[in-house]
Amino acid sequence: MPLERLIILLYVFVLSIFVGYQVITKVPQLLHTPLMAFTNAISGISLVASLVIAGEGKNTLSTLLGAVAVTAATINVVGGFLITDRMLKMFRRKGKGAA
Amino acid sequence: MRTALALIGTAEAAHAIDARQVIFLLALFAASVLFILGLRGLSHPDTARRGMQMAAVGMLVAVLGTLLHERIVTYEWIVGGLVVGTVIGIPMGLWIPMTKMPERIALSHCFGGLAVALVGVAEYFNHRIELSPFDAGAVGFEVLLGAITFTGSLMAFGKLQGILPGRPQTFPGQNAINFTLLGLAASMLVVLVAQPQIQPVFYAIASLGFLLGILLVAPIGGADMPVVICLLNSYAGLAAAATGFALDNPVLIVCGSLDGGSGFILALIMSKAMNRSFRNVIFGAFGTEAVGLAAVGKTDAAIREGTVEDAAELLKAASSIIFVPGYGMAVAQAQHAVRELAELLQKQGASVKYAIHPVAGRMPGHMNVLLAEANVPYDQLYELEAINDEFPHTDVSVVVGANDVVNPAARSAPDSPIYGMPILNVDQSRAVIVLKRSMNPGFAGIENELFVRPNTMMVFGDAKQTVGKIAAAIKSGG
Repeated sequence: MPLERLIILLYVFVLSIFVGYQVITKVPQLLHTPLMAFTNAISGISLVASLVIAGEGKNTLSTLLGAVAVTAATINVVGGFLITDRMLKMFRRKGKGAA
Repeated sequence: MRTALALIGTAEAAHAIDARQVIFLLALFAASVLFILGLRGLSHPDTARRGMQMAAVGMLVAVLGTLLHERIVTYEWIVGGLVVGTVIGIPMGLWIPMTKMPERIALSHCFGGLAVALVGVAEYFNHRIELSPFDAGAVGFEVLLGAITFTGSLMAFGKLQGILPGRPQTFPGQNAINFTLLGLAASMLVVLVAQPQIQPVFYAIASLGFLLGILLVAPIGGADMPVVICLLNSYAGLAAAATGFALDNPVLIVCGSLDGGSGFILALIMSKAMNRSFRNVIFGAFGTEAVGLAAVGKTDAAIREGTVEDAAELLKAASSIIFVPGYGMAVAQAQHAVRELAELLQKQGASVKYAIHPVAGRMPGHMNVLLAEANVPYDQLYELEAINDEFPHTDVSVVVGANDVVNPAARSAPDSPIYGMPILNVDQSRAVIVLKRSMNPGFAGIENELFVRPNTMMVFGDAKQTVGKIAAAIKSGG
């Protein structure tokens, strides 16, 4: 059973890397800073792991560690999306209609 | 057995999956798809915001789905963490100035690494007796990488912010020590896989991670921080992916791979643009050797210094102009003044473009953001490959606070440390105006022969003031 699990997860891992390579290499240099802020925001997905640790009530230590992890991940999610949006809003073409 | 989510169930296990579990799994799946679609939106500025919104929806779906998870029994600590995180996250998103983006990104890698490391420690602490060798390996790897990312990013932040000295901190035998510690960490991981329940091994791995983060970043100079930030981005992603393996959670693996891959690709692009190999960046301690090479003759004897009026005359007569901004422009906060000058010249009928070198700024794409913030339309911003052929047909190139990225020595002087680095060929344009604070060599400490060429005019002074005065001179004269 663990081996089957491992292989399925390896599928997910390797295919994600392929997809990621294709998608990321198409991001123009123009947007590389927003790209970093964006990946930073979605890396806050470790929130889904932290939430379980903070909420499963196993013992005080792990609950506390979980709560700090939830805080840290939330900072990245909230701050990451806000700053990405702030940057992307600034990218404008020369006034609409102007040749 | 741990209540890991059964990704692939046998027929009997399928019965055991209840509605909450199905919603949880579907939420993770939806989030993964939304993240990939969102990232795809970033391939063009027009679709980027929508892409970002899709990813934000994906995050919301993943969090809501997880809150339904059967393992969660209390909510007070969760709510507390979410509230505190939001309160800290909002100012970090809304009020940090764009010039401080590298520091901000380093700091958020630090939070990312911390979250992952703590999850790993808690996971081990709770389940150490029942961990399979594979789980133990994943948790160990997760904690090691998370810890390296945490302290490494703190170091990078300190160097960027000027809290720590930006110069490389080196001592004899440093690389040997770092390699030994890395080897030690790797062999302890092997021991952990073989004997998951030996606690000291696990905590030693965590401590080594925290120590390695400090030691690996200490010898890297401030100028190389863009590559380091990208690499730490990559580590943070890999750590998240390892968490996914340890917790049997595919969305973590998807996100971790995207994050890790993106960081790695950007690090490659940056080190290529800086003419450095990874090995050289990480183990080279560049800043110290370059100083010795600075004194290769070529003194200020042949410099042609011009006044603001000279520069204005030259620009008024030009029909094609390329601005080449460097980090010096951002330091002088001259973006708005440059954009105003560019608009003035455009009104007078000249064609104006901006040439952006990949390492202009302190992180990938930084200069584009700074110019976009100053209301420069993004279709006037050109990447190196797209504009380099245009310099020979350009009347005037205006270099604002850039140095190494326009140094022709990269093409012509095989003994120069930047030889082979891709540069903007401004020296090929008919005339060059260089706005510079003083004659000090650039960040890498290398002499620049562009400044002594006959078609180059140097205008010294604060970039913001100089640009403003040039614009005023053009207005009054025209």
